[in-house]
Amino acid sequence: MAGLKDATAIVGIGRTAFAKHLPDDERTLACRAVLAALDDAGIAPGEVDALASYTMEETDEVELSKAVGFGDLTFFSKVGYGGGGSCATVAHLAAAIAAGQASVGVAWRSRKRGSGPRPWTNTAVQLPTPGQWTRPFGLLRPADEIAMLTRRYMHEYGATRDHLFNVALACRNRANQNPAAIMYDRPLTREMYMTSRWISEPLCLFDNCLESDGALACVVVSRERARDCRQRPVYVHSAAQGLPAQHHGMVNYWNDDPLTGPAWTAARHLWKHADFTPQDVDVAQIYDAFTPLIPLSLEGYGFCGRGEGGAFTEGGALEIGGRLPLNTAGGGLSEAYVHGFNLITEGVRQLRGTSTAQVPGAATCLVTAGEGVPTSALLLRS
Amino acid sequence: MLSPVVDPEGAPFWRYAAQGELRVQACADCGEPRFPPRPCCPHCQSFATEWRRMSGLGRVWSYVVPHPPLLPDYAEQAPYNVIVVELAEAPRIRLVGNLVARPGARLDSLPPDRVRIGAKVRVVFTDDGMPQWVYA
Repeated sequence: MAGLKDATAIVGIGRTAFAKHLPDDERTLACRAVLAALDDAGIAPGEVDALASYTMEETDEVELSKAVGFGDLTFFSKVGYGGGGSCATVAHLAAAIAAGQASVGVAWRSRKRGSGPRPWTNTAVQLPTPGQWTRPFGLLRPADEIAMLTRRYMHEYGATRDHLFNVALACRNRANQNPAAIMYDRPLTREMYMTSRWISEPLCLFDNCLESDGALACVVVSRERARDCRQRPVYVHSAAQGLPAQHHGMVNYWNDDPLTGPAWTAARHLWKHADFTPQDVDVAQIYDAFTPLIPLSLEGYGFCGRGEGGAFTEGGALEIGGRLPLNTAGGGLSEAYVHGFNLITEGVRQLRGTSTAQVPGAATCLVTAGEGVPTSALLLRS
Repeated sequence: MLSPVVDPEGAPFWRYAAQGELRVQACADCGEPRFPPRPCCPHCQSFATEWRRMSGLGRVWSYVVPHPPLLPDYAEQAPYNVIVVELAEAPRIRLVGNLVARPGARLDSLPPDRVRIGAKVRVVFTDDGMPQWVYA
């Protein structure tokens, strides 16, 4: 059954500026991004009848619909687990449209993490299960939780800080080509990386994504409708969510195999319904809240074998012209961290041929959501 | 410092810890240990549980050394270690904790460069009933 394959397309993308601090509130940013995406598609707000976002999204459907002027909504959906939900927002819209539940869908994410409080400082939210087993001991932040897996990964497979640097550098190099990126004019060197301050050893400052304000949105319609839109359609070729058996979120230590994360589960479904394989992927946008998520995801999505993710990054593999150009707008590490939604819009730009770091002739793109949490992924094609 | 916010399934763990005992939940029907505590067994779906006493011996599976920004009580002790211990009797049961110089010591009482993956450790408890780990 391939009911979703190329049945829908992303026909509009929009965003606000990205910065450490933006004066607009989250609701205003959401409205701006959504209107920009609809304008890009050439679709009037009154035609929108489906919405999808993250459970962590503060702007709810009622507020957005009333503010922007949508029509009657017949489908709305929210996806849990923070950055794991990014690609699933598009997947939910694609499924709804393919099934006839709606015709014009908008997915969005608006966030003020650059100027707002850090989620981990809210102990009332953070402490209940499973926080009772981790936070009293000082494992407080997502960086600490992922650093624990990273140390074990390095120990088991010989991955090094140089491998993590390769990831940070590829993202930074692409951000240096992207005027919209927060790190546009700020090159990174190996010395800067190796001498930067620790956040949670073995992760240093440059292993962590940017604290950002910003909002993004995209518009999904049927394949038939896409032909009449302003932009070249980017087809949703395959989509998947993944929550592995006995998974435990970022503290995935209570599992037989903690280093096999949700990417593996999402990948099995994603490739099963695809006409192409990892070898055919021209460019990838892989969720990079932390650098080690890249080698773990490269393994999970089948670009290399287990334990080979670190070595895969060597020799410029992730750079333009390399084996798998990565996060070509700069990603969460160097463009902006908006829970991975900017990876979706950059995937669309690559397949339109309009990226600031264009991979020549790119026709296929993998986009992934947060690894280490219940996740999601998209295969896009032009 | 943050105190555990206990849920009904986890409460026995903390009650035993307050008595100086390390116990983990196990299925009373099929015998499989599980962590964190849950209402039913994922192997046989039984709701019958028991709390099995562990020897308190284990090995360091991984560790991190957090640096600020952190919550104030933790920032004051940073850098400190946080370890994950796999239990000797049940290596798939891995507990988060701290490796300290002696029972009741601060989080930063052992220099971070003394922590090693694979090191043998033994559980101890603070006066407040928090498990800690020392070199075995």
